[in-house]
Parts: sequence; C-alpha cells; structure tokens
Amino acid sequence: MLHNLSIRQLREQLDNKKVSAVELAQHFLDRATAHADLNAFIRRDPEVTLVQARAADEAMAHNQSGALTGIPIAHKDLFVTTDFATTAGSKILAQYISPFDATVVARLKNAGAVTLGKLNMDEFAMGSSNEHSHYGAVKNPWDTTRVSGGSSGGSACAVAAGLTVGATGTDTGGSIRQPASFTGITGIKPTYGRVSRYGMIAYASSLDQAGPMARTAEDCAILLNAMHGFDERDSTSMARDSEDFTRLLGQKFSNEASESQPLKGLRIGIPSEFYGAGLDAEVKQTTLAAIQQFEQLGATLVDVHLPKTELSIPTYYVIAPAEASSNLSRFDGVRYGYRAEQYTDLEDMYRKSRSEGFGWEVKKRIMIGTYVLSHGYYDAYYLQAQRLRRMIAQDYQDALAQCDVIMGPVAPTTAWRMGEKSDDPVQMYLEDVYTLSLNLAGLPGMSVPCGFSSTGLPIGLQIIGHYFDEARLLQIAHAYQNASDWHTRRPTVAQ
Amino acid sequence: MSLSLTDVQKIARLSQLTLSDDEQAQTLTQLNTVFGLIDQMSAVDTTGIEPLMHPIAMIESVQQRLRTDAVSESNNRDKNMANAPQADQGYFLVPKVIE
Repeated sequence: MLHNLSIRQLREQLDNKKVSAVELAQHFLDRATAHADLNAFIRRDPEVTLVQARAADEAMAHNQSGALTGIPIAHKDLFVTTDFATTAGSKILAQYISPFDATVVARLKNAGAVTLGKLNMDEFAMGSSNEHSHYGAVKNPWDTTRVSGGSSGGSACAVAAGLTVGATGTDTGGSIRQPASFTGITGIKPTYGRVSRYGMIAYASSLDQAGPMARTAEDCAILLNAMHGFDERDSTSMARDSEDFTRLLGQKFSNEASESQPLKGLRIGIPSEFYGAGLDAEVKQTTLAAIQQFEQLGATLVDVHLPKTELSIPTYYVIAPAEASSNLSRFDGVRYGYRAEQYTDLEDMYRKSRSEGFGWEVKKRIMIGTYVLSHGYYDAYYLQAQRLRRMIAQDYQDALAQCDVIMGPVAPTTAWRMGEKSDDPVQMYLEDVYTLSLNLAGLPGMSVPCGFSSTGLPIGLQIIGHYFDEARLLQIAHAYQNASDWHTRRPTVAQ
Repeated sequence: MSLSLTDVQKIARLSQLTLSDDEQAQTLTQLNTVFGLIDQMSAVDTTGIEPLMHPIAMIESVQQRLRTDAVSESNNRDKNMANAPQADQGYFLVPKVIE
C-alpha cells in the first residue's frame, strides 16, 4: 500500500515511474476524505494539491526533480501559507489568508513537496491534547476515544493514520515529541534557531521551534534537510552552514563499532529524575527495555542528573505565557482576524474581538503572562524564571558532558481519554514534565516509537542531544529502527 | 500567594479581555491553581545567576542581528490589507477615537 511506504521508498517509486505525483496525491486525498472523522485536517483543497502534483510530474518529466518532488506532506496550521487559509486552530483567524508563505513552507515547496492541506492543532499551539482547537479535537488513530496529543496533534494523527507521509510540526514545550509518542511515529525538535520561525505564528518566541514528523528517523532527516537553514527574516535564526542530516545514517558510531554493534562507543545518559514518581509503570518498563536494546547495539549507560526537572514546569508556565501575552497582543480586530460585530468604541472593540475570538486556554495563558509581566511582579516571576532557565540549561550541559545523548520517556503516560484532563489545568501541565526542560535549554530532542502498552497504545522514547547534534540523534534513532520494528506498526485504519 | 477577584478584573483589563461573572470566578480558581504551581519557583536561590533570554547563549555569544537599511520587499499593500475586517482606500478603519 502506498500509504505505508516511507519517503525514501516513495522517491524510488516516483523515480522509477511506478506511480505519478498526481496518483500519489490523489491516493492520500482519498484517504483523508475516508478518514475525515479523525479530524486531522482543518483545511484541504484538492484542486490546489493536484496543481502542485501536476507541476511535480512535469518537473520529473524534465528530470528536474529535487529530493521531495512529488512527495505528499501536510503542514501544521501554525505555518502561514498562500495556497490555503491559516487558522492556528483559532476562531480569531478563521478567515485568514496569508500574503506570504512561511520560510519552512517555501523551502519544502522549493524542494518539490506537494501539500495535502493544513493540520489541526491546539489553538495557537497551547495544549497537550489537541482538545483546545476551535475546530474540534483530533482522535488518536490507535483508539479513537483517546487524544492524539498536542499541540501538533493533527500532524501526528495524519502521519500515524497514513493520511500523509510526513508533516511539519512545532515544539514549544513538547508539541512535536509528545504527540509523536502518543501516536507511534517519529519526530524531531531541532536545536533552537535551526529552523526558521518566519511565518510560524508565534506562541513563545524564545522556545518555539519547527521540526518534521514522519514514520522513520530517515524520513525526518530527509524532511529536515529541506526545512532547516539560516533565514535572515528570523532574528533568532542561527547562522550555520546547511547540513545533510542523512549523512550519518547507517554509519558506524565509532571506530570500534561493528555490524552487530553499530552504536559501540555511544554513551547514553540516564537521568534518575526522568524515572521517578509519576511515571506510569508500563511506560517505564518499555522505555528501559528500549534502552537495553541500545546496550545490545553497543551503547553504554551513564548515570546523570537533571535535578531541576520538576521546576521546569513552573519555569515554563511563566516564560511561555509571558511571551504569548506579548505575541498575541497583535490580535486586535484591526489589521486581520476576527472583529466583534457589536462594540461601543475602539477599546470595546479590542476587548470584544479578543474575548469572542480566543478560546479559554489561550485567554488563560494571556492572563497568566500579563500578570507575571505586570508592574511589581516582573522580577519575582519573569526574571526568576529566566534565572531558573539558565540553571536548567546548565544541568543539561553538566549531564551532556558525561554522555553523547540522554534517554528517557517522552511523557509520563500513554494517550489519555478525551475529556479526562480537561477540568484541572495543572493536571495537564504536569504531563509535560519530561519535554519542557529541553525547550528551556534549546536542545534538540526526538521521540522514537519503542513499544506499546498492554492496551495497545504507542509509547515513545525520548532521545536528547547536544546543541546542533541532530545528525547524531538521527543516526542513533536510525540504528535503533534498523534493529526494531515498532516504527513499522500501523493502526488498523492505516493497514 | 492568592489572587482576589479584583486582581482578576485588573489582569483581564490589562489583557484587553472581557470576562463574564462566571468566567471571572473560573479564572480566579484556575489562576490560583496555576500560581500554586508557579510559586514553587520562589524557593530556589538564584542569587548571582544571570537570566537566560536566548538558549544558544549557553554555548556561544548571541547578538541581535542587524541588517542594512535597504528596501527588500516590494509594495504589496492590497494583498497585505486584504485580511482587514474593515478597510477603505489603503486605510484600516476603526471606531471613531476623536470627537
């Protein structure tokens, strides 16, 4: 089945003329229609998709194909696109058509990728379950009574259900890794500044980072090749040379490595703080079993410590809302977005437009952020959080001085039931305990499928690396995927 | 720390949000729960620690980049204004602010 092939396999099919880009696009468009109940997409426009697919076929006929020519992908609806409306999962942007493409979108387009549509997400990327979307929750394809994770829940669901081969996601506090873990797919959050934020609607600018979500580490590497790179339009884009993230795939980790032990020489840091109270027993067992397999592949384990792990939650929930309250002040009903129908004066128009346009979680985070930045509280909250941020990042530096990567669970549990954690906001915030610190430190991290719970729900392994060491992370994940088959398991809808 | 209803009203005003009475009560409960979590931060001694604004500053010096002051974009007014709820001849329309 076409929807079970990887990007690399589809490339071969396209290059050998076994399938055309139009046939491929049509196959996935049909699947998205057949499985519309999953609610993975917010927007699709088959005409637009097929125009792009025909252009890809044309390019291939003239031997002008790039790495992704004809490969169907879809974008998280946080990336602005000229070809499709962009909502950020919010009512306030229900009718928004961007005058420009996000850099990530433009780069994937230039590489020849065909866009299937825009993917559902928590409103403005604020959430861990995709239940905070104005366009409805996304269902988990493994169990449709459960959440797909968030905020890139639509991206994760679409990849897992075989509605697309790859997708873009964004990760401010775990929004690529956690939904990847909940749906059994592979995702990477690159180092902060690696991928341009231009045209990616801002949530928390010092934490936001875009990355690919796909079935395999190899596919993530191929997508990241097209997505990354310096962009002068993003003031925090890092000026680094472009890399080939596939270059280490299948390579031995060190000189001592062998065919049977390709990861010989790899030192894996195990932070005890990631395995303590609150971690579901099955998730723990599965994660440790995966790490054991890494040992069989030649790796050695090192005990490391990340003592401020739990403090990353309050630190994050000061910094992210603070930056969000500032970023979201642009939505005032004047230049774009929703405007209330009735109002008495300008101020009333601002307030009514925002109050009617934003959902509850967004309002709440704006208010938390406004408060921590307000006069008299800035030092106690915002500056204290930024100081803690340095301590958290320093803990990582100390830990990574003793190892090549750190491994642990992505989330304390598997995907929960819809509505289960909606009442108590803090309950859901605690779910992010293993992912938030990485964004605070700006480090790259992956989620790689490593097993299932007894009820058949996917579990992801988190692999955390040094700054700008994505190629290594992908190499290590690829070696694991060569030795395991968790990433090849499919939910019934994708079989 | 515990917020009062007056605090919530002030925060909503600063946030340019209108809350119904029910929403104010809900906000009060939820913000107090969240700040219960956030207040764990205050127990940590951070004396002498520099705030970290940009994560990459952990490994190298990060400077705000400046570009040369040159025209880089073409004029795209109509397209840029197409999303305005109300516009007229290149102007964004808002309710009257000066009598």
